[in-house]
Amino acid sequence: MATRADLKTPVFAAAWLLLCASVCAVLCVSPARALPPQVKVSDTSNDWGTSLTVSWDKAPTSDSLLGFDVWRIEAAEGRAPAPGSDLPSASAALERAGWQKVAAVGGDDTVFVDSGLDHAKAYAYSIIATTASGEVAIGPAAAVRPSIQVLSRNRINVLVAVILFIAVILGLVARARTGAKLFIRKIAGLEAVEEAVGRATEMGRPILYVPGLDPMDEVATVAAIDILGQVARKAAEYETRLMVPNRDPIVMAVAQQVVRESFSAAGRPHLYREGDIFYVTYSQFGFAAAVAGLMIRERPATNFFIGHFYAESLVLAETGNATGAIQIAGTDSDAQLPFFITSCDYTLIGEELYAGAVYLSRQPLLLGALKGQDYAKLVLMAAMMVGIVLSAVNPEMAAVFRGWFK
Amino acid sequence: MKRQGPIILAFIVGMLMMIQFFTPWPRLQDVYNLFLDWKQVVLGFTYILGTWSLVRYHAKKIERRQENYPYSYVALAGLVVTVGAAAIWKTASGPYPWLFDYVQVPMQSTMFSLLAFFVASASYRAFRARTVNATLLLVAGCLVMLGRVSIGPYISGTLFGHEISLVQISDWVLNVPNLAAKRGIMIGVGLGMTATAIKIVLGIEQTYLGKTD
Repeated sequence: MATRADLKTPVFAAAWLLLCASVCAVLCVSPARALPPQVKVSDTSNDWGTSLTVSWDKAPTSDSLLGFDVWRIEAAEGRAPAPGSDLPSASAALERAGWQKVAAVGGDDTVFVDSGLDHAKAYAYSIIATTASGEVAIGPAAAVRPSIQVLSRNRINVLVAVILFIAVILGLVARARTGAKLFIRKIAGLEAVEEAVGRATEMGRPILYVPGLDPMDEVATVAAIDILGQVARKAAEYETRLMVPNRDPIVMAVAQQVVRESFSAAGRPHLYREGDIFYVTYSQFGFAAAVAGLMIRERPATNFFIGHFYAESLVLAETGNATGAIQIAGTDSDAQLPFFITSCDYTLIGEELYAGAVYLSRQPLLLGALKGQDYAKLVLMAAMMVGIVLSAVNPEMAAVFRGWFK
Repeated sequence: MKRQGPIILAFIVGMLMMIQFFTPWPRLQDVYNLFLDWKQVVLGFTYILGTWSLVRYHAKKIERRQENYPYSYVALAGLVVTVGAAAIWKTASGPYPWLFDYVQVPMQSTMFSLLAFFVASASYRAFRARTVNATLLLVAGCLVMLGRVSIGPYISGTLFGHEISLVQISDWVLNVPNLAAKRGIMIGVGLGMTATAIKIVLGIEQTYLGKTD
């Protein structure tokens, strides 16, 4: 053990200085960043056996690292053919041994996903780090065969939720078939449909129905067309004119068909006027201008704005408000809801839009499906409560619980 | 069969697309992409349908000499001139881009700018503090509006020993109660969309085919 006295002796001091100098020399002269020591190859999840994920440990501090080349070769599973070593560069050695360069990535990258592979073959990988002073081979890693995943693992939670949701809906539909009475809460906007159509009839003025601005492949538009069927039926029963301007030609064609069927179902096919369900323009504000003009000229007594809307919602709703029409709106667009709530007499908020046709038709089977929606909401509310409690009590478990819903 | 055919078709296509979402099988991904291509092709053809509807609508107005029918001449002339300009001089140069830049865009901008006036009239109606809810809306609206303008950061006060600016209050209103309500609506919308899609795929919902009873 060195004592304070020892430290004062010249020999010990010289040895101590030599040791310090050596440590400094090692720290300063040796490369600041050690090169990646190994390569790892794993199957890429959630694919049909067409890719492998190659990763390598990153050298922490080397300033001279320019990039990495990823090399691949087909090999027997679990084995890696060794590259030749009698050549001047590592890449030449790999090339001579039949390896193929598949990618060149930057010095900051540590992962590469090699796609377009055959799941019947196994592949070995080697990485060549290019530094200012030359090439350094890393690996190779043993050959791995990409495997097929029939199900996307990251979507299994969604699949389970969908299956449960379908089961609940089918269960309630079956219950509705037996004649069980299912309670559905009152929706003011839908209760007012009859009154709104009646008002137009009394005033001898038409009804205007705008099924949103989205195309037919949007669920909100499907819901809007479903409600249109019910409104058209009531309009036919009351013998009131119904105008449906459209922004999308496919929606127009479907709306024509639905209104025609509704008029027929109401026993008044002769009142159906195809010209009243027409295409206007695809231009958003061109459409808004045309519908606003229609409201000013035709003075419909009742306006329905049902579907997905954008910024034109306020132009339509305020113009309708100025004409004194009774207005019923329904949208799933949360950004437009405040405008409709402000300017319309009744607004179907979010999910109420999807409940509209069921609520109006009161078909038992559809009521069953609607009830299923309510139960699903109940489950989600319970899940939220569990999440809140877990977050407060056990954050780690809360994180796991949250993961189920991602 | 007139109604059964579309229901069967909706079931097959709906199930295919649903399965496609859960499996990485490339064949199904190809089918999905093919359907998207078909959609574009069908969309192209439907514009013929739309144009025909537009022409017929205005032609009928002119024929019957309905009120304001001269405007229908303008609409039809606009259609013919725009399509003609694109067909003769192509869309990159000539009168078509001029029509777009100096006719269509200014008209759209005009309509869009009208929103400012409509927002003012709608706000006036919404902010009349007649009920507790309307008063809450008025207070929240004022806080958010003031928090968003340049004077907002300079309005501050001390609350429970902490310096709080109006910007922070505005952000809190937007990010906590407003976002919570929004998310509640979005959860309902998500469930509604899923339920509607399931009903259509399973053939429970047929209103879109004209069945109303």
